[in-house]
Amino acid sequence: MAELLTLREAVERFIQNGDTVALEGFTHLIPTAAAHEIVRQNKQELTLVRMTPDLVYDLLIGAGCVKKLIFSWGGNPGVGSLHRLRDAVEKQWPQPLEIEEHSHADLANAYVAGASGLPFAVLRAYAGSDLPKVNPVIKSVTCPFTGEVLAAVPSVRPDVTVIHAQKADRKGNVLIQGILGVQKEAALAAKRCIVTVEEIVDDLNAPMNACVLPTWALTAVCLVPGGAHPSYAHGYYERDNRFYQAWDPIARDRAAFTSWIDTYIRGTADFAEFKQKLAGEAN
Amino acid sequence: MSAHDYSTNEMMTVAAARRLGNGSVCFVGIGLPSKAANLARLTHAPEVVLIYESGPIGAKPSVLPLSIGDGELAETADTVVPTGEIFRYWLQGGRIDVGFLGAAQVDKYGNINTTVIGDYHQPKVRLPGAGGAPEIAGSAKEVLIILKQSHRTFVDKLAFITSVGFGEGGEHRKQLGLPGKGPVAIITDLCIMEPEAGTHEFVVTALHPGVTREQVIENTGWAIRFADEVATTEAPRVEELVALRALEARTAAAHGQAGGDE
Repeated sequence: MAELLTLREAVERFIQNGDTVALEGFTHLIPTAAAHEIVRQNKQELTLVRMTPDLVYDLLIGAGCVKKLIFSWGGNPGVGSLHRLRDAVEKQWPQPLEIEEHSHADLANAYVAGASGLPFAVLRAYAGSDLPKVNPVIKSVTCPFTGEVLAAVPSVRPDVTVIHAQKADRKGNVLIQGILGVQKEAALAAKRCIVTVEEIVDDLNAPMNACVLPTWALTAVCLVPGGAHPSYAHGYYERDNRFYQAWDPIARDRAAFTSWIDTYIRGTADFAEFKQKLAGEAN
Repeated sequence: MSAHDYSTNEMMTVAAARRLGNGSVCFVGIGLPSKAANLARLTHAPEVVLIYESGPIGAKPSVLPLSIGDGELAETADTVVPTGEIFRYWLQGGRIDVGFLGAAQVDKYGNINTTVIGDYHQPKVRLPGAGGAPEIAGSAKEVLIILKQSHRTFVDKLAFITSVGFGEGGEHRKQLGLPGKGPVAIITDLCIMEPEAGTHEFVVTALHPGVTREQVIENTGWAIRFADEVATTEAPRVEELVALRALEARTAAAHGQAGGDE
């Protein structure tokens, strides 16, 4: 059964230095509040997995929490570069960052394999691409039935997965709606899973075949309204495109970035206070 | 507004949109491909099925998405499936007619680089990376590529092949065993290129109105060749420009910025 905890307590108890952590959510329901809390608690030496690093990993990389990044597309969607990611890869700031780079199809399959309890995923991929030349874990396997050579990649099995969802009930069952990305697979592939939610309700009223993660498959559920900002939560709030644009100059400059996280993240007690501070600036 | 009054970017988007047949199933990249694919849907191809890698199948957005997983894609879709399913069942399963891709750089065989400029381990410029493109390029029945043309984007030798076109040319793609037939056209702001039979080297088959061969040569990083017969692209029709400009205006009003400009 999942415990209903504060995000602070969940991160303290279930994310350790050196862990492999996946914060998933494909453009939608990105668990930003959890990333902030990881920065506040100054977790170190993390290996981060995520298809699209997005602002959440730009933040964690720039804050010095990350040793290694496993990913498949590292841009600021609709805006341009992730400057903290680029600075780490190009100039080793604030520390060297090991990267392990895949394609989307590969990582999506690797999460499916992880959730399936398999050691690797098999897919038709990478013929003619240079990615296997720079990523030694992309290998091949020959089909025992047809002889076709297919790509084989290790499954993703994080120590901890963190996702954001719309609702949980009081027992900790979680309902996710809209664009699901690889969230269900990432949750089930992990040893521990923390879910932040917009609200906790008496009854999920989930339609048949809806994506519900049962409480007994999760570790902790935390109430964090707005916790996916600046991404969106379908039915709750829209994507804050202006924040994605505003991130570009913040992240472009080391001093501006450091000052921003000192003020807005390290300088706030939790996500609620962060939101207040951000709203105060806008007025 | 006159039909003669249009920008080179508009010509590129219109020319790319025309390549998408009504009723075809299209796996859409974000940015320029998404703009062209939605223009096709709003003009000659109302039955085109747009699939975005985040999960929406049959998306019919009224404005251009800024991200590959904008909420309107899900709201207007026939169904929304998990991302893993998009790649496993719908793409790898062989159900995509057209993969519509952008690129940071291409070479003469339609190979695409979206990973890095310079050495991979000591990059001059680190680009976002592969995303869904390598498997779209491999498994879609055919591929369209759209990007603005310059000697920096059309290069003789790619530093990195992220997504394969015809590899080293000739029969190389066939030897790689890829299910799809590869890129069938590269549409730019200057011209349209298509692979030459046999060599599979991209040659210019149509120049946009007013564009000279010299301009194309100056803006290509390899010794670009021209097909025996080079057509002139039909200028954007009024209805195409009206639909494109209305789409861009709606997008700007909704997002405070234009989608699909990268």
